[in-house]
Amino acid sequence: GARLGPQGGCAPPAADNRLKTTKYTLLSFVPKNLFEQFHRLANVYFVLIALLNFAPAVSAFQPGLALAPVLFILAVTALKDLWEDYSRRRSDLAINHRGCLVFSREEKKYVHRFWKEIHVGDFVHLRCNEIIPADILLLSSSDPDGLCHIETANLDGETNLKRRQVVRGFSELVSEFNPLTFTSVIECEKPNNDLSRFRGCIIHSSGQRAGLHKENLLLRGCTIRNTEAVVGIVIYAGHETKALLNNSGPRYKRSQLERQMNCDVLWCVLLLICMSLFSAVGHGLWVRRYQEKKALFDVPESDGSSLSPVTAAVYSFLTMIIVLQVLIPISLYVSIEIVKVCQVYFINQDIDLYDEETDSQLQCRALNITEDLGQIQYIFSDKTGTLTENKMVFRRCTVSGVEYSHDANAQRLARYQEADSEEEEVVPKGGSWSQRGSIGSHQSVRIVHRTQSTKSQRRSGSRAEAKRASMLSRHTAFSSPMEKDITPDPKLLEKVSECDRCLALSRHQEQPLAHLSPELSDVFDFFIALTVCNAVVVTSPDQPRQKVRVRFELKSPVKTIEDFLRRFTPSRLTSVCSSTGGLAASKPSHKSGPSFLSSLSSDSVFLKLEERLSQPTPSIASNGYSSQAESWAPEQKPEPGQERELRYEAESPDEAALVYAARAYSCALVDRLPDQVSVELPHLGRLTFELLHTLGFDSIRKRMSVVIRHPLTDEINVYTKGADSVVMDLLLPCSSEEARGRHQKKIRSKTQSFLNLYAMEGLRTLCIAKRVLSKEEYACWLQGHLEAESSLDNREELLFQSALRLETNLHLLGATGIEDRLQDGVPETISKLRQAGLQIWVLTGDKQETAVNIAHACKLLDHDEEIITLNAESPEACAALLEQCLQYAQSRAPHSTPEKTEGNVSVGLFPLCSASKSPVSGPSLSLVIDGRSLAYALEKNLEDKFLFLAKQCRSVLCCRSTPLQKSMVVKLVRSKLKAMTLAIGDGANDVSMIQVADVGVGISGQEGMQAVMASDFAVPKFRYLERLLIVHGHWCYSRLANMVLYFFYKNTMFVGLLFWFQFYCGFSASAMIDQWYLIFFNLLFSSLPQLVTGVLDKDVSADVLLLEPQLYKSGQKMEEYRPRAFWLNMVDAAFQSLICFFIPYLAYYDSDVDVFTWGTPITAIALLTFLLHLGIETKTWTWLNWMACGFSILLFLVVALIYNSACSTCYPPSNPYWTMQTLLGDPVFYLICLVTPVTALLPRLFFKALQGSLFPTQLQLGRQLAKKCHKSPKTPKDTFAQGHLPREPKTELSRGSTGNPSESPSRDCALHTSPHMQQPPACSPKASGEPSAVDTSMPLRENNLLESPGSSTAGEAVSGECPRDHQRKRLGTSQAVPLSSLFSLPNLSSLGCVSSLSLVSGLGSVLRFSRSSLHVDKRDSEFLSNPPQPEPDLSGLQRQTAEYL
Amino acid sequence: MAMNCNAKDEVDGGPPCAPGGAAKTRRPDNTAFKQQRLPAWQPILTAGTVLPTFFIVGLIFIPIGIGIFVTSNNIREIEIDYTGTEPSSPCNKCLSLNVTPCFCTINFTLETAFEGNVFMYYGLSNFYQNHRRYVKSRDDSQLNGDSSALLNPSKECEPYRRNEDLPIAPCGAIANSMFNDTLELFLVSNESDPTPTPIVLKKKGIAWWTDKHVKFRNPPGGGTLEERFKGTTKPVNWLKPVYALDLDEDNNGFINEDFIVWMRTAALPTFRKLYRLIERTNDLHPTLPAGQYYLNITYNYPVHSFDGRKRMILSTISWMGGKNPFLGIAYITVGSISFLLGVVLLVINHKYRNSSNTADTMAF
Repeated sequence: GARLGPQGGCAPPAADNRLKTTKYTLLSFVPKNLFEQFHRLANVYFVLIALLNFAPAVSAFQPGLALAPVLFILAVTALKDLWEDYSRRRSDLAINHRGCLVFSREEKKYVHRFWKEIHVGDFVHLRCNEIIPADILLLSSSDPDGLCHIETANLDGETNLKRRQVVRGFSELVSEFNPLTFTSVIECEKPNNDLSRFRGCIIHSSGQRAGLHKENLLLRGCTIRNTEAVVGIVIYAGHETKALLNNSGPRYKRSQLERQMNCDVLWCVLLLICMSLFSAVGHGLWVRRYQEKKALFDVPESDGSSLSPVTAAVYSFLTMIIVLQVLIPISLYVSIEIVKVCQVYFINQDIDLYDEETDSQLQCRALNITEDLGQIQYIFSDKTGTLTENKMVFRRCTVSGVEYSHDANAQRLARYQEADSEEEEVVPKGGSWSQRGSIGSHQSVRIVHRTQSTKSQRRSGSRAEAKRASMLSRHTAFSSPMEKDITPDPKLLEKVSECDRCLALSRHQEQPLAHLSPELSDVFDFFIALTVCNAVVVTSPDQPRQKVRVRFELKSPVKTIEDFLRRFTPSRLTSVCSSTGGLAASKPSHKSGPSFLSSLSSDSVFLKLEERLSQPTPSIASNGYSSQAESWAPEQKPEPGQERELRYEAESPDEAALVYAARAYSCALVDRLPDQVSVELPHLGRLTFELLHTLGFDSIRKRMSVVIRHPLTDEINVYTKGADSVVMDLLLPCSSEEARGRHQKKIRSKTQSFLNLYAMEGLRTLCIAKRVLSKEEYACWLQGHLEAESSLDNREELLFQSALRLETNLHLLGATGIEDRLQDGVPETISKLRQAGLQIWVLTGDKQETAVNIAHACKLLDHDEEIITLNAESPEACAALLEQCLQYAQSRAPHSTPEKTEGNVSVGLFPLCSASKSPVSGPSLSLVIDGRSLAYALEKNLEDKFLFLAKQCRSVLCCRSTPLQKSMVVKLVRSKLKAMTLAIGDGANDVSMIQVADVGVGISGQEGMQAVMASDFAVPKFRYLERLLIVHGHWCYSRLANMVLYFFYKNTMFVGLLFWFQFYCGFSASAMIDQWYLIFFNLLFSSLPQLVTGVLDKDVSADVLLLEPQLYKSGQKMEEYRPRAFWLNMVDAAFQSLICFFIPYLAYYDSDVDVFTWGTPITAIALLTFLLHLGIETKTWTWLNWMACGFSILLFLVVALIYNSACSTCYPPSNPYWTMQTLLGDPVFYLICLVTPVTALLPRLFFKALQGSLFPTQLQLGRQLAKKCHKSPKTPKDTFAQGHLPREPKTELSRGSTGNPSESPSRDCALHTSPHMQQPPACSPKASGEPSAVDTSMPLRENNLLESPGSSTAGEAVSGECPRDHQRKRLGTSQAVPLSSLFSLPNLSSLGCVSSLSLVSGLGSVLRFSRSSLHVDKRDSEFLSNPPQPEPDLSGLQRQTAEYL
Repeated sequence: MAMNCNAKDEVDGGPPCAPGGAAKTRRPDNTAFKQQRLPAWQPILTAGTVLPTFFIVGLIFIPIGIGIFVTSNNIREIEIDYTGTEPSSPCNKCLSLNVTPCFCTINFTLETAFEGNVFMYYGLSNFYQNHRRYVKSRDDSQLNGDSSALLNPSKECEPYRRNEDLPIAPCGAIANSMFNDTLELFLVSNESDPTPTPIVLKKKGIAWWTDKHVKFRNPPGGGTLEERFKGTTKPVNWLKPVYALDLDEDNNGFINEDFIVWMRTAALPTFRKLYRLIERTNDLHPTLPAGQYYLNITYNYPVHSFDGRKRMILSTISWMGGKNPFLGIAYITVGSISFLLGVVLLVINHKYRNSSNTADTMAF
């Protein structure tokens, strides 16, 4: 590691803090930039071709002229680089010239310096709200506890404050830190980019060593908050800072389309070589024929000899390559980049992707994979924070085996939801107190925080306005009253206060806790654990604290009352709340407030209760207790404003939710210092726990622990909070003999069942446990832990081991259920994405039950779906289970086999056919797999099977998966299925998955910016994904695909003209088109219109795309740009070039026309043909398109006219003097220019029209419908929603069947089902009573099986009486299957592969049947109320189209 | 496209950037352009929408085609091949190279009179004037009268740049291979009169005006043309030096119009070049009355060796130039095809429309 001596600033010039992100200097620009540009193969190719031109024997153009386009392209790129470098330089300069106070040894004081002048080893003095200029080791803070808070938003976007700590050994200093007395040596690791880790040690002059951690380090780019002043020593400066090492710039990926394009470029190269070879051979033959004949036109070599045919052929070959170089589109790459930049611009500018609440819009971080968005096939989504809001709300808890359902709380939450969706008036109108009070008060509280907290200073003004606007628009995402304010369960509240009272009474006795019953003791511990076991930072508006200020003073009653008055002036309240509810502002604290407040809440039972409880408080508190808090706590406590001032900032929202929950039970966290935590209870007063250790949360252990000394018992307690799966395993084994043990066991099993219940409700569960350590145990553990802490090498590993030693033999206290609400619009988005043919996999670290329930909530799983659950304990079991599932899946498959053949025909030609098919293709499969099984399934020998199974499932849910597994799954799908994948997530645990996927999307949400930093696109909310993919993805893909195709067409057609001419010029590589036109044609004349089209063309409008998501499939199937399209395009190009060559040829045959007077009309014709062709391909004509086309023609004319009159002797050999002018006076010129483009494009137009009428693609239908609806007064929504949604499942089905070659053989196994499949509720007898959407679909499919493929069965389906019988029969059989399979369960369990979880979930879903069938009924009635109109429409269309076949 | 500055702002963008960004919301502008809502015409290519185009094309093209065809058919044109490869041809004797100069005479009859100005062309076939090396082999500066280029022609002219250490003027293969047959036309007034009437062939006005007056210039200086071309030698194949191409001072040297016409290299291997003009003298008589004519040829130009053909063409002209039946036929054909396709589309549209209408009524 680096070693930093005490001499600090006097050290030899260590790295300074200058920021230099520029790549070039004035001198190095040209060579370096050129060098970089030549990394692109295309540039090398073009330069080589241009250089080839310098060889006289093969030169086709004037050498200088041939270089022009390459130089132009290089120059444009260089200019762009230069400009970028310049703007970087400017921002560098601005950053380098920021000032800060640096200690100067000469002047013995802090002097003002620029950032760039800071060196490693300098002492830097920073004040509140200053930005940290380098990575600084915190040596001194004005904070009384040696703390410093920083906001890392600039670094990772996390807005919560992070606490930093003065280096051990300096925090104890009483006097102000004096840099002159600093004599320690600092050793630290080499600069690295790991933001979350810093290791090092400081060796004091006494030889004492102290470890340094990331808690001691202030990172560059962060902002000091809540702390008056800090002093630190610079450890890393400039480019060695972690912030800059993390800055790798935007990512570069090659999109799939580009890869395909490169492949086609290679085809073009091949074509070029073929053409040149053909020409060369032709020329060789030609030379041999005329060589001996003394032809007058045969030009010998300069020495008079003539070339041998072979040499001539070789020369001709090279010249041909030069002449035909246009075939490789030099401007293609540049154009594509321009188009992509514009696309990125438009995506960024889309107002529908702008999130008002967070004032953020979509960010495109990768600039060159926009079109990949249009081809995604698989979406891998994280759950927490991605599908859900990651706003944790405490829902219910169980303590000591007793469940507290918190019904009032649930009601309150439900009301929030209503308030979300309903009108604003709900707030004043709402009948009950709790709602009015809570919403009103919290808005006011929020405002207080907003205006008071230093954090929000930066974004005051319009930002706050946006907040308020969002609040008014009833989005609760950012507002947190919901989280903060929990309505306690009366039973539990009573128990808590009972504990409180008992303890308060017995606190002076030896064993205060012993007087409590075990249950009450558990309750007490439970809440202490909730309050203490976390890393929540308590902040209050009076920050920053200063060393000089005495703590008591700060909290003097007067001050708080003043605060109270100041904060609750009526004007502020009314302005925000506009309801009397604001007066109840202080209520939710559940503290007894001033009487006028409590009078408002007379109807609230628990408040009365609480009031009553709080009465005796002063008397108890005045008993006096020998703790530090004792003396001032009684006065301070009853202040009504006090608690509101506390604000909890937690790193994870779960923690905050729990702390707020505890506060609701009057167990409030009031202060947290590095070594102590203060908790306030109504009767006990302030309890200060000595905090011995905090073992932070990590995703491997999945738990966190604190070690504290209990102030009442003086015992050393360990409180652990963690995932239930982990904590349950760490519990103290209890013997079943003794009664206590049995009781414990009972409690555990009860808790476990409640946990399962919570999980089924989709709650996040946490277990709370406790361990009492004896002094000896603690001392023993401490020794090991300290060793681990101070070790430099594998500190992490040792600390992990140490944590494991501590967290064993736990005593279970209880469990909590926290709700993570779904984000707005998630179910809708998922169903839209589904319709768009995207497979959505959810990969989550959560429990299986939680995940399954969230999946149900967001419609990822349907209740009528069969869920395959894979829970295996061993690889063998997993293999067996997979095998079974596969068999089952295949047994279902034969239904779709007959459709396969038909599907190939109909879908390929006119996919509309499928519209008349069954609206629902029967119950589909879903796969749920847990982390352990996933690990087995991802092994080499099983991955194929797993994938095969997953492919047949509509949705896949991987629970309990680690970040690594997430990325492995993505990688597997990407590599094995060759599918385009998109990963979306918001947290650090999704980073690996985001990086692996073709397209990574980060959600700039609650959990910081790590995911965003790794992503290609960052969206504010999950729901924006819909528009991003379905609209922008589709547009980007279709625009780019069409543009690339057009490019190939254009170049091929142009080169074709030259090639045909070779037949009439002895294959001599002569060109009838003037070299200037030849070289600049692509670059100048024909480039603008295609760019405009490439940027602006919209094949289908955004509304239609959103209404008919299945249009997205065209991108997935690469319909617009596939090999067939490419080759058809090439053939068309060849045809058009034939026309464009031979019409002028025949028109001028045997006339006195000269080469260039003939070539110029051909150029003009080519230009017109290109524009017309583009016109046919353009779907949207804006004025920009017209302008661009007009400009192109005009530019050609103007350039030609100027060029042809500029010089009469220049530009050998063409010398086109006055050619254009002559041509403009020649009627034949106009006649040719009219007839040729029309002739060339008639076939294309005709076939386009035919195809548009007879075999319209989905996209064309979409456009037609859009137009129709635009004209008709009908709202498009109804039409589309009804008309085209049913089309979707069938196509998916047929696609699934085509991808599954081995279905038919397994038809025999149809009844061989596995126990893990649940039959869909659609088959329940209830549903058969009336025809439901599901039911009608089944006979439909059977009809399809029976009848010859191709004939439409839609008519019968709609009339629909007879299929009922089919349906009944079918129901009978299908019902038998699940029963038998359920009963066969015991046999199979001998395999050892059926875990208890799957059983439970199985039962759960059986239970759910009744509920979901009700759902079905409801839906049916809706369905029937508006009869299925759209089907005839589509079937009619299809019949028509079928006739034309 | 590296846009690193953005990324850096995220990391290091403190107050200088942040307040600016935070002052106003990042809400994108709601303009038609930025939201891609520009008013647009969105054609959908179906039979119904496209068929008018086909009919319009047909309706426009067929009349134009007929017009062109009629015009072209009204042009009188006669073509006489005088290569002499057939033994019966009077010029057959000239094929052997040892007879120089060789004269031959071809008789031909005009069935109808040629009205208006008549253009006399010579036509060559299988002559690759568009060969890459051939096209390049000239020096425009020299032809433009540049004195330095006159004595030091461009390298492009190799191997016809210098001859016996004297620069060739005009240099290059094009000039060297200049057509040098002389064609004369006589009208046999009547059978009885043995002395035919020579037809006046105008030598001037056959080249582009800009070529003659801008592009091609004799070397500057006073004195005779011969003096101005001093220090140069004639091209190898030429019989006379460049300053002896014509007697007329205004049609001699580089600005000799036969030479200029030759220097405008033909686009295709079969081509014709304007040789002479036969202007109508008075309105009462046709320029070339019907009857018998002699074509007197001074046969110098060897094309037989490379299977070339030589022709003499007499043609009247119209507003669109010489006879060209192709363009008219092309227009008529394309117009008819377009019309036909239009009918096909109409039928399709008719059927399709019916069905889609019923579908519509069912759907809505």
